[in-house]
Amino acid sequence: MSAFLTVHNLSAVLHGFDQRVLRSVSFSIDTGEVLGLVGESGAGKSMIGKAILGILPSAISIIEGEILLDGQDLQKMKPADRRRLIGATAALIPQDPLTALNPSRRIEPQITNRLVDILGWIKSDARVRAMELLNEVHIDNPERVMASYPHELSGGMRQRVLIASAFAANPKLVIADEPTTALDVTVQKQILRLIRELQARHSTAMVFVTHDLGVVSKVCQRLSVLYGGKIIENSSVPDFFQGPKHAYSRALLAATPKYTDPDASLLPVDEAVIEAVAAEVLAADKEWRHGA
Amino acid sequence: MKLLRAILVRLATMSVTLIGAAVVVFFVIRVVPGNPIAMMLPPGASEEDIARLTAHYGLDKTIFQQFGIWLSGVFQGDFGTSISLRQPVMPLVLGRLPATLELAIFALVIAVVIGGALALTGVRHRETRTETAVDVANGVGLSIPDFLWALILIVLFGVLMPIFHISGRISPSLDLPFVTQFYVFESLFRLRFDLWWDLLKHMFMPALALAIPLAAIISQLLKQSLKETMHLDYVTLSRTKGYSENHVILSEALPNAVLPTLTLIGVQFTFLIGGTVIIERLFSYEGLGNMAIDAVINRDLPLIQGIVIVFALLFTIINLVVDMTYALLNPRLRHA
Repeated sequence: MSAFLTVHNLSAVLHGFDQRVLRSVSFSIDTGEVLGLVGESGAGKSMIGKAILGILPSAISIIEGEILLDGQDLQKMKPADRRRLIGATAALIPQDPLTALNPSRRIEPQITNRLVDILGWIKSDARVRAMELLNEVHIDNPERVMASYPHELSGGMRQRVLIASAFAANPKLVIADEPTTALDVTVQKQILRLIRELQARHSTAMVFVTHDLGVVSKVCQRLSVLYGGKIIENSSVPDFFQGPKHAYSRALLAATPKYTDPDASLLPVDEAVIEAVAAEVLAADKEWRHGA
Repeated sequence: MKLLRAILVRLATMSVTLIGAAVVVFFVIRVVPGNPIAMMLPPGASEEDIARLTAHYGLDKTIFQQFGIWLSGVFQGDFGTSISLRQPVMPLVLGRLPATLELAIFALVIAVVIGGALALTGVRHRETRTETAVDVANGVGLSIPDFLWALILIVLFGVLMPIFHISGRISPSLDLPFVTQFYVFESLFRLRFDLWWDLLKHMFMPALALAIPLAAIISQLLKQSLKETMHLDYVTLSRTKGYSENHVILSEALPNAVLPTLTLIGVQFTFLIGGTVIIERLFSYEGLGNMAIDAVINRDLPLIQGIVIVFALLFTIINLVVDMTYALLNPRLRHA
């Protein structure tokens, strides 16, 4: 089976700065597979998702590499075609359900608008589909929710709506950008189960961006650890949790809070490890410059 | 029930505002020096004549007695008689009000169209030279006051390229069939486009002079709030759905970004109506503002009072309309 999404040698820079913020990132995902992108804040994990979906901030631009979505090179497409391809085949589950819904619009059009405006569905069909989806995300009274405004729903409900909206057009690729970070712990578990459920049912390829290794162990098959916009380690999930190869990955795993060991949990990642991984990233940069 | 209560509360506050305005204007114009009797009589009038005329207009009574008489008249719909024009105040004022309203509304429409277009252009091409050009235009529009714009426009389109009329409301040579004072609306209603066009040619420059500073304010605020909205998550999310930049701006960002601008337009529109006083004078436009200046020059106390009350009523109504529109556009306020 060929990969649905391939990112090859992707580098990006922040305008006005010499250093890259994404450093020759490569990975690929097959249909039905979930890849976790893990790293600390600022490691560039969300940025990869944004680059794929074409929503990088204007101050960041891609300088090299390819993103192949369904076999088509996004960088080489016309902007309008790229937009349509992404809208038809990919979807985003955003981080913060409180800000990701348009406050002045009812829920129904926010689920169905892609179907109607981009994919040319009839309104009544889109409405039936929205009902179906809201059932799939276990919302008991879909009619009422569809007629509501975002401010009338709880955070958990809104995230369900956003998940329903993401899966509306049967996307082949879903990018989940820390979808549970803004939710409280009990809701987190429900939402996580829900995302996994829908991903499995629709056998969607998924990029799961998170800083939480616990979440990765539950949702993903493979993971990539990022530091400074560079992939430090690629691994299958079982292998990783048995023993990560890279020292930084080990340190990251050790930093995960454990209820059984409350004192150890608050130790930050060892400085020596950080220095080593930073040096590694810089060395790779030097090599890249020589190559270029 | 809730709605009814809200409306009653609103009406109560409106009446307090109006009474406040009435009290302030009544006492202030009587405290400042200058009196209408002196303006009416020729130099060298006898003490007797002055006393008789003063008594005739009730100006010999104490200020509180005068206020009582005036207020009891107002409650019966009688705002007194103009001293300089010797006619009842209210018909005079209401006769002029439509001219000013038409001018102000025309100016508002121009301001919203220009300001909105500038803001949208600036946001569509943000962080490019086009946005800089919009910023410069806003700066120029804001830093020159409306009466100066009036003079600039008169020089440009009245003298150098005389395509618009520089004075009056309608050409006096035209045959006027009007029964209301809303000439612009009535001429459309009667399908008299020749009259309508003549009216617009008269209104265009005063309206534009009033509109430019407001357009600049609208453009600046709307552009700012659009730019902030463009960074919000729901806007970004709609991009991933395959929408074009234009659609994202117009249908995702604009409905939310327009709310603060709407409040501002309400406040600024009242300033614009204040601005009509000078602008109408400059263009000899026969509206309420022009009448207000004559009333002040002639110390026509009843007329000044009448005009101020009507202006105050206008302002409270505008505020009400703005609040209602705001509630209508913002679902978070609708149930509150």
